[in-house]
Amino acid sequence: MTTTGHSKSGAIQVTGEVIGLRRAGEYHVLTLTAGGIPDLTRPGHFVALAVGGEHSSMLLRRAFSIYSVQSRGVYGGTLEIVFAVNGKGTEWLSRLHRHDQVDIVGPLGRPFALPKEPVACVLVAGGYGSAPMFALADALRARGCRVDVVLGASTESKLFGVLDAKRIAASLTITTDDGSAGERGRVTDVLPAVLQRTDADVVYACGPMPMLQAVAKVATEHGAYSQCAVEESMACGIGVCMSCVLPVVGDDGVTRMLRSCVDGPVFRGDRVRWDEVGTIPEGTLGAPVSGGH
Amino acid sequence: MTRAVITHGPRPDAAADVPDIDMTTWLAGLELPSPVLTASGCAAAGRELDQFFDITTIGAVVTKSIMLNPRSGRPTPRMAETPSGMLNSIGLQGPGIDAFLDKDLEWLRARGARAVVSIAGGSVDEYTRLASKLRHVTDVAAIEVNISCPNVEDRGQVFACDPVAAAEVITAVRRNTNPGIPVLAKLSPDVTDIVAIARSVVDAGADGLSMINTLLGMVIDTDTMRPALAGITGGLSGPAIRPVAVRCVYQVHAALPEVPILGMGGIRTGLDALEFVLAGASAVSVGTVTFHDPGAPARIARELAVALAERGFESFEQAIGHAHRAPDPAPASGGPVAGHGHTLDADAPDTAVEAGVEG
Ligand SMILES: Cc1cc2nc3c(=O)[nH]c(=O)nc-3n(C[C@H](O)[C@H](O)[C@H](O)COP(=O)(O)OP(=O)(O)OC[C@H]3O[C@@H](n4cnc5c(N)ncnc54)[C@H](O)[C@@H]3O)c2cc1C
Ligand SMILES: Cc1cc2nc3c(=O)[nH]c(=O)nc-3n(C[C@H](O)[C@H](O)[C@H](O)COP(=O)(O)O)c2cc1C
Ligand code: FES
Repeated sequence: MTTTGHSKSGAIQVTGEVIGLRRAGEYHVLTLTAGGIPDLTRPGHFVALAVGGEHSSMLLRRAFSIYSVQSRGVYGGTLEIVFAVNGKGTEWLSRLHRHDQVDIVGPLGRPFALPKEPVACVLVAGGYGSAPMFALADALRARGCRVDVVLGASTESKLFGVLDAKRIAASLTITTDDGSAGERGRVTDVLPAVLQRTDADVVYACGPMPMLQAVAKVATEHGAYSQCAVEESMACGIGVCMSCVLPVVGDDGVTRMLRSCVDGPVFRGDRVRWDEVGTIPEGTLGAPVSGGH
Repeated sequence: MTRAVITHGPRPDAAADVPDIDMTTWLAGLELPSPVLTASGCAAAGRELDQFFDITTIGAVVTKSIMLNPRSGRPTPRMAETPSGMLNSIGLQGPGIDAFLDKDLEWLRARGARAVVSIAGGSVDEYTRLASKLRHVTDVAAIEVNISCPNVEDRGQVFACDPVAAAEVITAVRRNTNPGIPVLAKLSPDVTDIVAIARSVVDAGADGLSMINTLLGMVIDTDTMRPALAGITGGLSGPAIRPVAVRCVYQVHAALPEVPILGMGGIRTGLDALEFVLAGASAVSVGTVTFHDPGAPARIARELAVALAERGFESFEQAIGHAHRAPDPAPASGGPVAGHGHTLDADAPDTAVEAGVEG
């Protein structure tokens, strides 16, 4: 294991080793040794993995939410991620073997903000978006918060962590688009009732962008504060390339194109201009003039 | 001869393996303790990379091209991965020169890192005003002028593709900034004759050349059946463009051997950096590969020192342009010519090179 980085906080680069790779429905759960990363990790952080081996032609790292960490065990610090095979990078990850090496950078991003008071919280996740929610639930419960969970997916095999969620949540509501598990429909179909029943103050969400947009809207309508972990395509993951931006309104009311890798991935749901993600909304700081790259 | 092991990836203990070789270089009068720099737009203003290696140890941080006013950049998606490279169409997102000087440059100064400030504009006037803003700013090691920008006063024609427009920009910058600070003109490879552009900007007062910027490219998403980038086209970078970049550096060094070159384009290892140096670069920038390995600039500097020592060089400077030396004398026996450990003839004159395109 080699580790570089001379900062005490912030991210470090570590050569991890595969300890295990197992299937969970349509997902893979990868366990890696991760040196000092677990000690620095808080719920909502992510890691960026180099894929394809030493001479890989895939230059860009792949980002994954941190599912769980263990600071000290037989292998020292370890971490787990949950991933779906999406393209050639995740395909490569799914074929790793025990003892293979993986270059890890992390922990990255801004984690979920935790309430100071023991308030009621609802955690909403779509698909593998549940990965960061279990560590978050633990942290919230340690503060005396009530935690209710809503998990959704297109179909049962794309739900992740149902058993974990049952264990930690005051209540668990499941939805699937095809009705193969829980209620047929979307998380936002059941969310208003959950918010009403629990009188929640904070909603935490992670999943596809349209789901986050809908969750943020419902939360705001119920007077709840929302914290959404977004997924934007990233080239560097560490804040140096400006490829992962989205329009976010600041405290001063000005919209800026913020980097989701360092200013996020967790944003206040009421601050992201969801309808205009993928555009430069009018009035954004420095809005458009043509040219240059 | 024994070869030092060249490893990929971070090696905290690697300092121990680095040979004692003088890595000092001069870029248009600017002395740098290391010949490896970051590339503009691939290191922001150094702060994030400082988590992964001590940025005061590299040659300099070349900052993201800054414009006069704050700029939001282009819509997303702004990047697409390509074989051994990537396309980007960031659109020069940035805070504008004033905020840059107050926050970013100030941070670099306080940190004790050398800063090469990259500037970009849409008109000669904008470059002029940027240069004037930098005139009295201390702690700017050099100015890199990104001329791969469309000229809003000439139907969006890119400055770097027109020798006259490129020269106008460089003249304006040179005239309006501190004469003691080197001005580097950053060239685009998307031209028919890069030597002609190089000559033109050097005649206009450029003290050195940075090359190369990205190549214009495009990816079409076969699922959506539309261009993958919101900006439709983007700049191609990474190891995929390295042979183009090495060719450009070699041609320009052959034609203008006195002009210092900051070489870049797909440098991933110390040996890649060595190619640029042998072709004529006095220093190199590491760009896209930093996204793959955030410790890359420091790692590549170590690997380059090892590679130079293995080849019998006593200093970095000896290797600059070494690929242009006179042909080795034919071996009497007709046996193979040793690649490594040949005698260095630092004074060998540069041979005239055919810089033409193969027919
Ligand atoms: C903060 C964050 C957290 C994430 N957490 C998880 C997770 O916990 N589990 C999981 O399965 N996936 C997660 N993703 C998505 C994951 O990064 C992509 O599925 C993965 O990069 C796809 O790589 P590929 O080579 O298989 O696909 P390809 O399509 O071959 O990738 C090509 C390029 O596009 C980028 N890319 C493609 N799809 C995505 C995407 N959905 N998001 C971001 N970049 C993409 C890749 O990084 C790569 O640069 C997360 C993404 C982000 C930004
Ligand atoms: C995401 C990204 C942003 C870039 N931004 C700039 C820029 O602002 N100014 C500039 O002169 N070059 C910019 N470049 C070009 C690089 O500085 C460099 O010239 C080019 O990428 C080739 O080097 P590389 O292959 O090592 O990246 C950018 C490149 C990338 C990949
Ligand atoms: S991915 Fe590079 S700045 Fe966010």
